[in-house]
Amino acid sequence: MSFKYDGFMTAAEASKALASREVSSRELTQATLERIAAVDSKVKSFLKIIEDQALSQADRFDANPQSFPGGLAGVPGALKDNICMRGIETTCGSLILEGWQPPYDAGVVTQIQDSGSVVIGKTNLDEFAMGSSTENSAYFTTCNPWNTRHVPGGSSGGSAAAVAAGEVFWALGSDTGGSIRQPAAYCGVVGLKPTYGRVSRYGVIAYASSLDQIGPLTRTVEDAALVMNMISAHDPKDSTSYPEAPPDYTKSLKRDVSGFTIGIPREFFGQGIADPVAQAVMDSATVLERSGARLIDVSTPNVGYGLPCYYILAPAEASSNLARYDGVRYGMRVEAGDHAEMFRQTRERGFGAEVKQRIVIGTYVLSAGYYDAFYLKAQQVRTLLSRDFEQVFSQCDLLITPTVPTTAFAIGEHIDDPFQMKLSDVCTSPVNLAGLPAMSVPCGFSDGLPIGMQLIAPAFAEERIFQAAYTFEQATDYHKARPSI
Amino acid sequence: MSSESALSEKATPRESANTPYEAIIGMEVHAELLTNSKLFCGCSAEFGGEPNTRCCPVCLGLPGALPVINERAVEFVLKAALALNCQISRDTYFHRKNYFYPDLPKAYQVSQYGDSAIGIYGWIEIDGENGGSKKIGIRRVHLEEDTGKLIHATGTTSEVDYNRSSVPLMEIVTEHHPRPGFDQIKTAGEARDYITKLRAILTYLGVCDGKMEEGSLRCEPNISVRPVGSEDYGTKTEIKNLNSFRAVSRGVEYEVERQIDVLRNGGRIVQETRRWDEESATTASMRSKEMEQEYRYFPEPDLLPFHFDDEQIEQLRASLPEMPLARRQRFVDMGVSETDAETLIEDKAVSEFFDAAVSHAVDVRTVTNWVLGDFMKLLNQHGVPINQSKVTPGALAELIGLIEDKTISGKLAKGVFEEMFNSGKSPREIVEASGQTQISDTDFIREEIVRILSEPRNQPQLQKYLAGNDKVLGFFVGQTMQATSGRANPQIVNELLKEEMEKLR
Amino acid sequence: MKLTVEEVTAVANLACLALEEDEKERLTGHLNQILEHFAELQKLDTSDVEPTDRVLPMVNVYRADEVKPSLPREEILAAGPLTNYEAFIVPRVVDSSDGKSA
Ligand SMILES: [Mg+2]
Ligand SMILES: [Zn+2]
Repeated sequence: MSFKYDGFMTAAEASKALASREVSSRELTQATLERIAAVDSKVKSFLKIIEDQALSQADRFDANPQSFPGGLAGVPGALKDNICMRGIETTCGSLILEGWQPPYDAGVVTQIQDSGSVVIGKTNLDEFAMGSSTENSAYFTTCNPWNTRHVPGGSSGGSAAAVAAGEVFWALGSDTGGSIRQPAAYCGVVGLKPTYGRVSRYGVIAYASSLDQIGPLTRTVEDAALVMNMISAHDPKDSTSYPEAPPDYTKSLKRDVSGFTIGIPREFFGQGIADPVAQAVMDSATVLERSGARLIDVSTPNVGYGLPCYYILAPAEASSNLARYDGVRYGMRVEAGDHAEMFRQTRERGFGAEVKQRIVIGTYVLSAGYYDAFYLKAQQVRTLLSRDFEQVFSQCDLLITPTVPTTAFAIGEHIDDPFQMKLSDVCTSPVNLAGLPAMSVPCGFSDGLPIGMQLIAPAFAEERIFQAAYTFEQATDYHKARPSI
Repeated sequence: MSSESALSEKATPRESANTPYEAIIGMEVHAELLTNSKLFCGCSAEFGGEPNTRCCPVCLGLPGALPVINERAVEFVLKAALALNCQISRDTYFHRKNYFYPDLPKAYQVSQYGDSAIGIYGWIEIDGENGGSKKIGIRRVHLEEDTGKLIHATGTTSEVDYNRSSVPLMEIVTEHHPRPGFDQIKTAGEARDYITKLRAILTYLGVCDGKMEEGSLRCEPNISVRPVGSEDYGTKTEIKNLNSFRAVSRGVEYEVERQIDVLRNGGRIVQETRRWDEESATTASMRSKEMEQEYRYFPEPDLLPFHFDDEQIEQLRASLPEMPLARRQRFVDMGVSETDAETLIEDKAVSEFFDAAVSHAVDVRTVTNWVLGDFMKLLNQHGVPINQSKVTPGALAELIGLIEDKTISGKLAKGVFEEMFNSGKSPREIVEASGQTQISDTDFIREEIVRILSEPRNQPQLQKYLAGNDKVLGFFVGQTMQATSGRANPQIVNELLKEEMEKLR
Repeated sequence: MKLTVEEVTAVANLACLALEEDEKERLTGHLNQILEHFAELQKLDTSDVEPTDRVLPMVNVYRADEVKPSLPREEILAAGPLTNYEAFIVPRVVDSSDGKSA
């Protein structure tokens, strides 16, 4: 075959190669499978490879390429394993769902299939998307392709690592407090959390319903736009899906940032941000300034309360969302005495430590006597946070911040200090609380590990993010760097 | 409980054996709404079906599935709230009520908590036990989803069927502390009247079929008693498994008596749920509520809030059909007695039948008597609802017409009605087929004869006959034939005339 | 405010989790650490602030009352840990025929 595949071709390039018949979708899919076979033992991104289904999806495209024009049709990608696909085991990284095959497709899966794209497998994650390293997966820990002794971040660590290691052209993750952006930053890829409501949550196994959002992990900004074009649409099965039709995100790539005012919120650069990270982000801001943007200092005074607020609200919703795993209708069941004891033992053995911890916190903050002091208080603080963002967006078009305070930590480094690990959500979780879109874009390296910057926009203004991120990407080479895996 | 503590409780009876007590009865009613589909998914909401055949990812609570609200269910609750004189919460939303139970697939019920109910502070008018009407305060009317069903197989297992899971339910709760001007339910009779009146309202609105036996209308009263004159409330118990109006009044009555008995004997009421047993006509403890449930209500993040504007509410209010009490008043104004009007309106279909029958310009009281008498008896005997009966309002009106124009006697009409009920034939058809158009009904003819003979203007002819002039008989035959439009059997007329005139000799 | 192991056990019971003894200890430690962090929030005066529970400015999202096909029963029961081909099976629920508090 004349087709040369290095594992790091972009999704856009693959799409062009398909369009010019340089390659077939089957060849692309097989090349991807070979790449996975070659590197996944080192990275461990995948919980499951669905070779047969992927090849038949590829053949469906090849048989009729003209009926799936452009976009990511025929281009293989992967799904975080909290996204339901009919008949394909979906575990959410938990023992409690081991072997479970959903009898239905998630909204995004329907979108992917309608567009003629190919799903090659399900990626690893922290159990029920709770964590920042994939160390909480009940199955195994995924490794950072840049340094396999380090974590890839989480909870979408499998998706981020798979994209960074060239195993797939694109992947979907989910982001509740930073779970797309944080691993994207750690793995040196692009990760977008869309505005709450922009992408259907139907069929996405819930962690915290008012915060969860599906989004792309890709190697370039352009590829992220292609994924967004494929997955963002109104879904009548999700009441919180935004009814207005999304724009063509690739169009915003052609616009530059002249005339943009970009705010630098000083609170995001406070204590805990590693110097190389702060430096890389400030340098990136300067790159955008040279491209025509105006930089201003802004303040979001309540953003420091975002993390405790997030660690109250997300577990509260999770404690309710995860109550359904009781051993009656699906998943694991531990037979023990009466139904109540069966529930207790099933949940005790089925859930891992972090999940149980969050369920207990969530149950506690919702219980009578503590509701006002914690849950209600956090919701009020959430209002203050949203107001902060509203206020700064009256002065600027976008915000630039670090995505994570540090680069990827070593596997096991924070295992006994879950609180340290939670600090990695400090810059990302306020964005979820306000429901805003934000992207992590590679913007540097420190000790061979990638650094990410975060671009935050007002609700449903993803186009601004694409504009600025693409401008930045064109002006820099970080997206061309490849891990030697 | 140790015997010692039992004794110490007994040692301080607060009231003497003859303290008069009164009961305070709260009513919590769940009505399944008559929507086609479930509250949050497209599965059929119809009653019945093989176990687990009306289920989908949403109503099974499968991981990832999300709810979308059935618009008609919301409209039904709005209508009911308006008909129950509630304030409508303009901006409201759903909560999650969290608890674990095998029939609750998400381990939370999507419901509405406290003042987030669509309707709050309403009232319903009932007939007070001591005459007059009472306005019973309604605390809230809200929308929620039903649970699945546990089927108790024999042995060591139970089966779970999720067909009912997520069927829309409306919950209607009375006020525990009524606002000024409103009352509480205080007797079993009032409790029964409350559920009767409420059922009528819901069925008139067409939002619930009101079948207590099938569980589409469930009533769970909570009961406490206190010495008359006391302002404090006693400990409440809740009764479940009341599957008919009769069970409601018997169950409440039993429980009130039981509680008074316990107190008079120096005991204490335990807060608990008790189950009514129809056979033994008693309540028995199901589970105590000592471990107060902790439901951890919080706003349901998967659903967006409701906003109802004035225009929508006024449109709905204007679209409400005539409510039972208004209909009762209209019937009374038409000349129906209070008691009969009350019976007529209890069942919407009966009142509609009545309305349709009287629209044929027949006598209102005669229609009432037929509907509440012979007709009701046959319907009950055959267990047929009135709107499924073969007798149409037009046919009943026709039958009454035949009596009024004396084609048949009232007595014969009863037989004709029974045949109408069984065959669905029109009364005229039945009467003609049996040759009964020519009047051979001796009672009826005799009645006419007696009337004619007693008329003052006929006295001279009568005297002539009695004096021996047999030819005058022909005159009276003519009179009788005329009175029956020529349809009386002449032979019978002759015989009866002779008989009656002989009596006068 | 410090949580005791007993309190954590009570909350775990509410969440239907049968924690092992050492797990209770460890969890109590972690929870207290996190609660300390939550205490930050109490510094803010929020007495006049409306709570935010949903960020989308949308209301009245409904579907029409139309019946759509349900899933085939075999498919529903296929995932069940224990079924009798008609229903899910659980240990006999002794509470009552009606434990629901609908
Ligand atoms: Mg209820
Ligand atoms: Zn359903």
